[in-house]
Amino acid sequence: MIEVRDLVKSFGSVKAVAGVSFTARDGQITGLLGPNGAGKTTTLRMLYTLMRPDSGQIRVDGIDAAADPMAVRRRLGVLPDARGLYKRLTARENIRYFAQLQGLDAQQARARSDELIAALDMAALADRRTEGFSQGERVKTAIARALVHDPRNIVLDEPANGLDVMSTRGLREVLRGLRAEGRCVLMSTHIMQEVAVLCDRIVIIAHGRVVADGTPDELREQSGQTNVEEAFMKIIGASALQGLA
Amino acid sequence: MSAGHDRGRATAPALVVFIKECRESLRDRRVLLNALVLGPLFTPLLFLVLIHLIVGRELEKAEQPLPVAVIGAQYAPNLVEDLRRQGMAQRPPVADPEAAVRDQSVDFVLRISPEFAQDWNAGRPAQVELIFDSSRQDLRSAIDRLEAMLGTTARRVGSLRLLARGIAPSLLSPVVVAVRDQATPEARGAVLLGMLPYFLMLTALLGGMWLAIDSTAGERERQSLEPLLINPVPRAQILLGKLMATALFSMSSLVLGMLAFTAVGHLLPADEPGLALSIGPRFVLLALPIFAPLVVLIAAAQIWVASFARSFREAQTYLGLAQLVPLVPSILLMAVPMRPQLWMSAIPVFGQQVTILHLLRGEAPQPLGIAIGVVVTLLTAAGVFVLTLRLYKSERVAIAG
Repeated sequence: MIEVRDLVKSFGSVKAVAGVSFTARDGQITGLLGPNGAGKTTTLRMLYTLMRPDSGQIRVDGIDAAADPMAVRRRLGVLPDARGLYKRLTARENIRYFAQLQGLDAQQARARSDELIAALDMAALADRRTEGFSQGERVKTAIARALVHDPRNIVLDEPANGLDVMSTRGLREVLRGLRAEGRCVLMSTHIMQEVAVLCDRIVIIAHGRVVADGTPDELREQSGQTNVEEAFMKIIGASALQGLA
Repeated sequence: MSAGHDRGRATAPALVVFIKECRESLRDRRVLLNALVLGPLFTPLLFLVLIHLIVGRELEKAEQPLPVAVIGAQYAPNLVEDLRRQGMAQRPPVADPEAAVRDQSVDFVLRISPEFAQDWNAGRPAQVELIFDSSRQDLRSAIDRLEAMLGTTARRVGSLRLLARGIAPSLLSPVVVAVRDQATPEARGAVLLGMLPYFLMLTALLGGMWLAIDSTAGERERQSLEPLLINPVPRAQILLGKLMATALFSMSSLVLGMLAFTAVGHLLPADEPGLALSIGPRFVLLALPIFAPLVVLIAAAQIWVASFARSFREAQTYLGLAQLVPLVPSILLMAVPMRPQLWMSAIPVFGQQVTILHLLRGEAPQPLGIAIGVVVTLLTAAGVFVLTLRLYKSERVAIAG
């Protein structure tokens, strides 16, 4: 479980995140939805302890990220915004490298990467160097790399970015599988259809603040709209006007 | 299914990073070519070519007839004949000798005045003028040779004149100097080999440069730094792994370079005095402990500098400039030769150059100086490492783009 309370982060005079709170529960997929520049990536970066918040609190499975960042990192599997691979290593070697950095011994690392390669249907490309991989193949490898230490919580920053239809469907299957195993999945996106089909809970962020938080049904109800896209537009629009006022 | 692993048998993160960086670099043809072939071979070959050119030209000049335009040869046929026997090639007179020398159409002009014969026959000092341009580096040995030729002729005639008057010519030489040059053959060679320490350092610099850039600025550019830093590993461990990999490549390059120099040593013109080169197994063994800490410092500095860059190219520019730094003490040592002193060992880069020159001269190593160099250089490397670590702990470096 991931709990975020009153997170604030400024870059110079720009307040990127201005008080974000939400909870992502185990066995659910939580979507962080918002337009570009809303503060999603910064929020996630603070969550996976790459950045330090100016104020606010983050707890992962009850562990305070400020107090014990290493323990939090071990409990998180992260697909960050930057998802570069080592192009002179094969997909399998890329995955194994991260397994060993997560503290698995050589034998565990080998077993676990074999397992993920089978689960993500990567057998055909596992022993090719990642140079020349398609966007979908790269994301798959990066996801395997993020899951290699069998984390309870999975954080994905715009996982569907640049993926074609087939790859997107495959990604959805993977995320549903993780949910079925009782894990806590938190993903950011600016694509409404993604959250609509996938998420159990939606947190809408605009201008560094949470403007709505609920199940897709609750959001539709709240905005009086019948589909999520309209609901999103209405909620974002209302907040934008508030921002102007 | 839990996040807890048995971490007891896991490999230390620094070692994991080290192995991965080495493996990745060994797969890159550019790295292999630069660090393990071109780097170690380039400087020894450059050196070999330079030495052969210099020595070859000197030899050639010492044997070849020396062309001199002679004006007024008819006033001193004996003198001209004597010079010709010593290796002068007489050339026809030129109209304006000063201008001809200045525009380099002739190298030397010997002008004999019409009064020469008169003075010569009267036993008075007879004057000849030698016109040349002493600023021409390539004529240096020829000038010495020509002056020696004239001196020889003058002495011989002088001795004959004294004998004719019943005076022993030895009266003119109250002191005879017997030269006993204490320079070892290596020491004379070291004058020519003054650039060698820099060449060796350059080899070490080239050997580690690619990896230093690729594992820092390259990692940022490829967007793989952020995922790497999210792992539950202290950043000091990650940097240490990168440092070890860079130092290993740098050291391999240096060892190969020294072996190449050893091979080149055998190809140098062997009988030429002053070219005996003390590079052999003994030199390599002694030089390794002197260079090893320096290689660590070089690797740390390269990683530090490259970490400021956002792209491979930017880092290459910075490090290209940084390569000139060790050139400064080399030029200083060549311009102002200094006796090796203990305090010099305490200055990284400079100290190693002085010590290596000392070794190249075939002199015994100074253990205390070497020990001071090792300690100071390693401490400096640690300082640079801490600076780099501070950089990596800031959010600025961690986030790409």
